[in-house]
Amino acid sequence: MDAAESDPSDQTQAAALPALDLQHAAKSFGAVHALIDGSVTLRAGEVHALVGENGAGKSTLVKILAGVHQPDSGTLTVNGRQVTLHGPAAARAAGIAVIYQEPTLFPDLTVAENMFIGRQPLRPGRRIDRRAMQEEAAATFTRLGVPLDPARIARGLSIADQQVVEIAKALSLEAKVIVMDEPTAALSAAEVDRLFEVIRTLTSQQAAILFISHRLEEVFAICQTVTVMRDGKHVMTSDLAGLTANDLVRAMVGRELAERPPEAAGAEPGEPVLTVDRLTREGVFTGISLTVRSGEIVALAGLVGSGRSEVARAVFGIDRYDAGNITINGQKLKKASPTAAMAAGIGFVPEDRRQQGLVMDMSVQQNVALASLGNLERGGLIRAKAERAMASDWAARLKIKYGRLTDPVAMLSGGNQQKVVLAKWLGRKPRLLIVDEPTRGIDVGTKAEVHRLLTDLARDGVAVLMISSELPEVLGVADRILVMREGRLAAEFSHADATEEALMSAAMGQHEASRGTL
Amino acid sequence: MRAVIAPRRQQRQDSGAGSVRLAERVSRIRESGILAVLIVFVAVTTLVKHRFLDTSNIQFVLVDTTVFALLALGETMVVISRNVDLSVGSVVGLSAYLSTDLFAQHPGIPIPVVFLAGLGIGLACGLANGIMVAAGRVPSLVVTLATLYIIRGIDILIVGGSEVDASSLPNAFLDIPKDTIGGIPDIAIAVAVVIAIGAYYLRTYRSGRDLYAIGSNPEAARLAGLPVGRRVFTAFAVSGAIAGVAGVLWGAQYGTINSTAGTGYELQVVSAVVVGGVAIFGGSGSVTGAALGALLLSTISSALYVLGISPFWDQAIWGFLLLLAIALDQTITARLTAALRKNARSRQ
Amino acid sequence: MSTSTGSLTELKRPLAERLGAALRWETGLAVVVILIFGIGSAASPDFLTGNNLFNLGLSNGEIAIMTLPMTLIVISGEIDLSVASILGMSSALLGYLWARGWPMPAIFVVIAVVGIAAGAVNGLLVTRLRLPSLAVTIGTLALYRGVATILLGPNTVSNFPTAYTNLGVNAVPFTGNDITYSTLIFIVLAIIFGVVLHATPLGRSIYAMGASQEAAQFAGIRVKRIKTILFMISGFICSLAGVLWTFRLSTAVQNNGLGLELSVVAIVLLAGVSIFGGKGSLIGVVLAVLAFAGIQNALLLTNFNQEATGIVTGGLLLASVFLPTVLGPAVGRWLRRLSHT
Repeated sequence: MDAAESDPSDQTQAAALPALDLQHAAKSFGAVHALIDGSVTLRAGEVHALVGENGAGKSTLVKILAGVHQPDSGTLTVNGRQVTLHGPAAARAAGIAVIYQEPTLFPDLTVAENMFIGRQPLRPGRRIDRRAMQEEAAATFTRLGVPLDPARIARGLSIADQQVVEIAKALSLEAKVIVMDEPTAALSAAEVDRLFEVIRTLTSQQAAILFISHRLEEVFAICQTVTVMRDGKHVMTSDLAGLTANDLVRAMVGRELAERPPEAAGAEPGEPVLTVDRLTREGVFTGISLTVRSGEIVALAGLVGSGRSEVARAVFGIDRYDAGNITINGQKLKKASPTAAMAAGIGFVPEDRRQQGLVMDMSVQQNVALASLGNLERGGLIRAKAERAMASDWAARLKIKYGRLTDPVAMLSGGNQQKVVLAKWLGRKPRLLIVDEPTRGIDVGTKAEVHRLLTDLARDGVAVLMISSELPEVLGVADRILVMREGRLAAEFSHADATEEALMSAAMGQHEASRGTL
Repeated sequence: MRAVIAPRRQQRQDSGAGSVRLAERVSRIRESGILAVLIVFVAVTTLVKHRFLDTSNIQFVLVDTTVFALLALGETMVVISRNVDLSVGSVVGLSAYLSTDLFAQHPGIPIPVVFLAGLGIGLACGLANGIMVAAGRVPSLVVTLATLYIIRGIDILIVGGSEVDASSLPNAFLDIPKDTIGGIPDIAIAVAVVIAIGAYYLRTYRSGRDLYAIGSNPEAARLAGLPVGRRVFTAFAVSGAIAGVAGVLWGAQYGTINSTAGTGYELQVVSAVVVGGVAIFGGSGSVTGAALGALLLSTISSALYVLGISPFWDQAIWGFLLLLAIALDQTITARLTAALRKNARSRQ
Repeated sequence: MSTSTGSLTELKRPLAERLGAALRWETGLAVVVILIFGIGSAASPDFLTGNNLFNLGLSNGEIAIMTLPMTLIVISGEIDLSVASILGMSSALLGYLWARGWPMPAIFVVIAVVGIAAGAVNGLLVTRLRLPSLAVTIGTLALYRGVATILLGPNTVSNFPTAYTNLGVNAVPFTGNDITYSTLIFIVLAIIFGVVLHATPLGRSIYAMGASQEAAQFAGIRVKRIKTILFMISGFICSLAGVLWTFRLSTAVQNNGLGLELSVVAIVLLAGVSIFGGKGSLIGVVLAVLAFAGIQNALLLTNFNQEATGIVTGGLLLASVFLPTVLGPAVGRWLRRLSHT
């Protein structure tokens, strides 16, 4: 296996002390060796990428930097001083801030209080100085170039805004090292660009940033250097200049992955399976009319908040709608309920895997069977053998990696969890499968498998409605692309006509899209 | 190969401010809402029966509310942190008996010592609750349900069939609820001051804000390095201590204490707190609101009595009001969240 | 057929450990029950007599019956604190209507309907208005007890015909002299609830919604409908318990069953049912009922102050939540060591 390649630029930058240097960290939890040999070096003013498949050890490494876990071995040096982080407070004191994928704010407190909780500025007598808190918060947001009102409560903030609050908090803590764990997973393209602006501001102020992401195009867009991990071990560290995505993938996966974007099924579309006619929900979406035919993959693209998921959830009956019709295979769906939708042959893979797609406490087997309990019963009782057979059958077909069928599904990696959700719906042989962000937070290898699965389904005659914010995915897999903007359908493209710029400008609604380069 | 799109800088700055004002207004609304209901109630009842606003009746209601509001203060601190203290009724009972019994056991004992004893008893119970909830990381509903039983059981074992009789209590003690300054009962003023202090503390001191944070998002509080265990422990200790003092006041008010004193009181306290706008899952609400909630429930009780409505209707009405309060709160919060989200989205 | 995990370098969990995890709580509880009955019979020769077991059934029958729907409700992620008030309300209704000359069968119908309605109110407030069940049922606890108070005021009704009060105090014919009607009803209901909870799609749905309400909804489970039905079942069963209680005491009075909800919740928690929902078993509940009843009885026979038995209930409750966190890891390690030999 590749040992850590020494970076030639290291020698020339020898004068500059790294902001943070983690060497050969290892961490085990009982019999689980989550991290075997983790190393990463961060420099001030630089954005350093950390990539690897799920299970490569990235999140354990992050938790070590955050002070949540203490490594069993290895050294951590911050600004030249070796430190041991006994807890999150020690990490903060050392100038390390971590922004998690799901920001953890206090919804009932104001933005300013969120930033300063536990260390609010004080007046004489140890009383909180609210005015100073407010002013400092406002100043930080100005520094970041994002106008957020520090006096509003955090409840209702978009994930993108919540992240900004976390970043502001990190700045006010005078963090020199900022770790971002999958920050763009829940952001729209516009919000990603805003985040990148913020990151550039941070690096211009000499912060060192560790950027963890599955989206390689983003890694190339914003980062200067990269560390690759695989199976708990450090595999390579290098400048990004001169590397290709395939180089990274090869290092991550350990094998050659055909450099080929996902391909559309190219099947002959058949009869319309889903017909949506002027679907409207006050204030959310208006006049949505679309058709998905058997064998077609239709993508629904657009900015976060444009109403795509809401339309999908309305079709599935989870959300209500005020006007319009939904027809499946010629039958109008009368009641808005998941039961009616499922009876009509609709399956729905939701956006939020952990909260909506799976019951995390239940086993792999139970999750696969959850939507098919009626089919597995006889005489009122669930047939255990049939349930087991269904689960193992689908696990084999989708190549799901697990220990035992009775393991809690929380033990599986993100990609395998997504496969369990898919198995749950495929087990019902749906005529229409709606997938909302099917490959969010999934490693490269599994992503390709999921794309292949979707195109195979289309070839088998299933109609697929896919909501996605990942343009390469949309451009690659979809036969037709519908773009939503502010609750309405703005444009439609065929596979051949669609380009990133065309999609973005339709999603934004203005001619603001400008061509950018890597 | 991502198209770089210039972020739209012409954000509508002021929609943010609008939602802020909405949020702040809502918490004021909650408290003024209770006040409004209170005023309406008093007005209507007085119109029907003038003697409702008699000095003696007002004094009666205020005294009646004192113990109630005191307990609401302690309970609020616990509920804000996403916990609950169901043992307060039992603590009041135990403290009421043991402290007033001191007068019989040690005649001539100074009254402040008795208060201290009550505080001590309550504090001991609170410490036990606090250690178990904070250290054991066990749901407080379960722990305080258990201590509710255990403390009541201890009370019964100690008291047996006997009781403390008013005649064994010194007059100075029994007069405490009766003394007034300018027509307002002493203890009502004292408790109002205590509540004001409590409200100020929760607003202005870090440890107070920490309680809100813990209730709003316990995981985030831990990650942020807040001393969650210590804060929760303190909240329970304070709640217990307050219940202990309240027990002594109970003794002064009722004079005759047996083993059933305070039974079932915890549910009334939780009701007052919820009616007062404190979210049952923590994170928001105020001590002032809870005290107003207690005042409202007491006033209603008194109003029903004055209006000649059979006291048998009390409990049903109280239950109905509680449901109304919860339902109202939920609607307000839901509307607020939707409004805030729409504001945020329109700014993208 | 199963492939080993590639993503986590972990040993396959041995069979013994998995079995151990599943049975840990119930086995411990069974040991506790055996201990209690053992100590009880050692302390008093009367403990294991048929007559005494009959008394056990008498004094705990209604509580035991009420734990069954409570279990389903708690596993589904909610709680129902109004159970004792529904019992009281149905008792008051029984007395009220009987005192006005209504025929008993008609009274039973009214009580059943009112009980179901009371449960429906709980269910609708929780599912339609999305209010937390803890707060709602504190409110209905007061409301329903209030209704009982309005109905009977300070009065008691005691002139029930023996044909009915016998249902409360006699043994079921043809079963020897040891089984009360309430015990029989408990056994039958326990079997039904057990089968439903552990072997039917409905039971699986209840576990799912307790573990993750959203995911259950997204899987097409009708969470709102099921929860409302569970509350309605609870209302019905608590009304039934109210009738049994009234006949046992031959008295309908406003405060019948006051405070019982805490015992019911305590037993369900003792059974290992998680207050957060999604976990627990009916076998555990049956064992917990036995433990609870056994303790009450042992204390009675040894002349312990009856009203102070709450100390023991409280202690058991504390043990039920602390032992897992303390003993759990230790037992787990022990079992793991066992299975490695």
